[in-house]
Amino acid sequence: MPDIRVRNFAGAISSPNPFWLASAPPTNTGEMIMRAFDAGWGGAVWKTIGEPVTNVSSRYSSIDWQSQRIMGFNNIELISDRPVEENLREMAEVKKRYPQNAVIASLMVASNREAWHEIVARAENAGADGLELNFGCPHGMSERGMGSAVGQVPEYAEMITAWVKEKARTPVLVKLTPNISDIRTVARAAKRGGADGLSAINTINSITGVDLDTLVPRPNVDGKSSHGGYCGPAVKPIALNMVQQIMADSESALPLSGIGGIGTWRDAAEFLLLGCGTVQVCTAAMHYGYRIVEDMAEGLENWMRSKGFATIEDFRGLSVHRVTEWKHLNLNYKIVARIDEQKCIGCDLCHIACWDGAHQCIHLDRVTGPVDGHVELHPVPAVKESESRASLAATPVTRRERAMDAAMHGPYPTPLARIPRVDETECVGCNLCSCVCPVDGCITMVRVDSGVAPETWDERTRGAACTAQPESSIG
Amino acid sequence: MSIASLPDDLELRERFNELKPPLAPQAAVLEAERCLYCFDAPCMAACPTHIDVPGFIKRIASGNLRGSAMRILDANILGSSCARVCPVDVLCEGACVMHRHNRAPIQIALLQRHAMDAFHDSGESVPVVSASNRSLRVVCIGGGPASLACAAELQRRGAQATILERRPLPGGLNTYGVAEYKLRAADSLREVEMIRRMGVEFRFGSSVDSAAALAALESEFDAIFLGVGLGAMQRLGIPGEEGEGVMNALELIASYKTGHLRELHGTVVVVGAGNTAIDAANAARRLGAETVYLLYRRGESDMSAFDFEYEHAKQEGVQFLWRRQPLAVRRGAHGRLLLDTVQMHQVDRTLLTIPDSQYTIACDLLVPAIGQSPLAQLLQELRGVEVRDGRIVVEPATGQTTNPRYFAGGDCVNGGREVVDAVAGGKRAALAILKAAEVAAHA
Repeated sequence: MPDIRVRNFAGAISSPNPFWLASAPPTNTGEMIMRAFDAGWGGAVWKTIGEPVTNVSSRYSSIDWQSQRIMGFNNIELISDRPVEENLREMAEVKKRYPQNAVIASLMVASNREAWHEIVARAENAGADGLELNFGCPHGMSERGMGSAVGQVPEYAEMITAWVKEKARTPVLVKLTPNISDIRTVARAAKRGGADGLSAINTINSITGVDLDTLVPRPNVDGKSSHGGYCGPAVKPIALNMVQQIMADSESALPLSGIGGIGTWRDAAEFLLLGCGTVQVCTAAMHYGYRIVEDMAEGLENWMRSKGFATIEDFRGLSVHRVTEWKHLNLNYKIVARIDEQKCIGCDLCHIACWDGAHQCIHLDRVTGPVDGHVELHPVPAVKESESRASLAATPVTRRERAMDAAMHGPYPTPLARIPRVDETECVGCNLCSCVCPVDGCITMVRVDSGVAPETWDERTRGAACTAQPESSIG
Repeated sequence: MSIASLPDDLELRERFNELKPPLAPQAAVLEAERCLYCFDAPCMAACPTHIDVPGFIKRIASGNLRGSAMRILDANILGSSCARVCPVDVLCEGACVMHRHNRAPIQIALLQRHAMDAFHDSGESVPVVSASNRSLRVVCIGGGPASLACAAELQRRGAQATILERRPLPGGLNTYGVAEYKLRAADSLREVEMIRRMGVEFRFGSSVDSAAALAALESEFDAIFLGVGLGAMQRLGIPGEEGEGVMNALELIASYKTGHLRELHGTVVVVGAGNTAIDAANAARRLGAETVYLLYRRGESDMSAFDFEYEHAKQEGVQFLWRRQPLAVRRGAHGRLLLDTVQMHQVDRTLLTIPDSQYTIACDLLVPAIGQSPLAQLLQELRGVEVRDGRIVVEPATGQTTNPRYFAGGDCVNGGREVVDAVAGGKRAALAILKAAEVAAHA
């Protein structure tokens, strides 16, 4: 079986697996964290410890996507509302009982050197395996000059990281806010300040919606709302991009704990492939409970086995350099859509998507006769719809009529007239049809030989600038 | 004045509780979200009235229930009853692409009902064109689905429609002839009341049964729509059919739906194997008959009832006697009937009696259900309106008869199909009447 243990992350943090609970409600108390470890979590970043706060109710709101609850999740909860000594007493107890699991103390105090020195010492004395500096909390704490108020100013981030490093004996991770135009500016600052690792991303500033009855945005606190921090599956693409940006930048790159919309082993594998050494989870655990980690660990192991990876280090970061600047993409790579007639169910969503959202090259002309070429040669979708509305249809009331209806099929499960056809001469290979098709494997994007050697935009424009050769001579 | 209603009959409701209960609001949204929103959807094409099914379903998903109902009503003013009575297996739901996606089809009928129930519960009215002068006057003969659809379409577009109904209640078979567990008479009447509120005039008890009556209508109205449906149930044509203990299927259904027939006992024999025969047989079971036989002269594979109706009847406990032909009815002791029958066998389409296979069934009620005869008497009075094989001949796209002032739709044209076919016919005729009037006005 592949080994998914994490060894000496950021220098000295080890855990039985890369799955950590992020600093959030699931890590609020020692009792909770011990149950999480029993369920299989490899590590936990303690709910941020600092001067205790008073929270409001309500605190959460979410975005549902059709029948799926919590596609995106938003909170206005602050850091721990329990005294520092209580949190640290419990932390010592957890470390004593679970020495193999990683316990990271997330810290946030006022921006002065003594305060940071004091909290660092207390956390480490309690047995923390590492420290995570919360420079990311986007709501409430930032109004008091903490959290993202620090994380949005590289100089503050560097300074406080340096203060912490003066005192810390355990690895120091800096948790980054995405609420900044280029996350690398703060990642670089943290690295300059001496950070041993990074955690990214924290939550994204958000208003999840407005209640259309009360007209009050959610979550509603006595008739008012406040912007919160957005997380959950919806933010994963944003997080992956920032993770890749950090790992591809030598001035930013540090051991990275990936955060943002991770709920399955698949999500985790993607973060690891983009260079993360561990991943942190919150929303999915809040949605379904700690038990989700079982499949995360098993699934990752099974995937690693199928790919022949023995350890996480075998594949960590393999996809980082598969992301490049647009100008380095091959302009002569050509793919076209192919529709599998046996699999097509005749929803014709690809047809309307191609006409209204792409390049008008998927047609419903298998019965009327294929026509390749310009858009003007084809009836527009509205014509097809109005023909259907004008048609005469009757209920097949006799067995004979019903049998005739059933016999009106062509060679495929779907009547031929409803199976769309791709005009490959016009298809630009954009992928839209394969994105909208509800049937797995029905529309595939197939590579066609363009007969031209690879060429990027960078090469083309450089070539044009330097040699002024005609384009045709380049290929 | 509202449409007359029937008293709420608890016992009837209990005996005929709904076959398919409505969807709860969240269930409706979840089901609506399953819809793929096909382009030029096959369900829409399969519907004779071409309801924009994905369109109304997406409006349920988004919470735009009023818009959903209006989308349905735009295409089919009887969207509420069609949601309950349509044989969707062979229409919209049968055409759903989900069948080919290894998934259950979208429950279109229940979703349509969800939107329509919300509309009816809201007490809202269907918007009509505000026309100070409804100069185009059209009479619709018959108060069933075809006429209701024709009248509503005319009314919403600025014409004045009048419906003539010979029975005390409007709605035709929707009120009197559909199994109560599918469509309650009260729900049919609620729908008719919605159409009345659009401004359609109803005249009850007026039977148009003479040339003189037709001439009077011709002078009062600009166009005449025939939505007269079919005539009386066909008779079996066997000795002893007259008299006590024999009640045809439509009579049985109308009697229990209006509260006149409350209970049955003993053995009931239904003759026929169409959907109405099934409705009558199921009704007999629910009204208390211990044994219900359905007698059919041909075999199982020839019955015209829909498969789901056949399955339903078996679940209700109806017993099927195949290839059995009734010969005569005799009266036995204690008011019982003795039905002499003979076994048939079929060579290709030809039925032959099997010698010495006679068999007598003792029963308490005999229910002929072998279809309705054409309304021949009225049709013969209609000069210039061609009738062929008992059906009024029309131009399919317009419903116009061979007499240009007469239009027709529904069972009297198609020989007996579904409510949704009648609605489609009535709507097409209304649009053609309006167009003809427009042409005439510009001439």
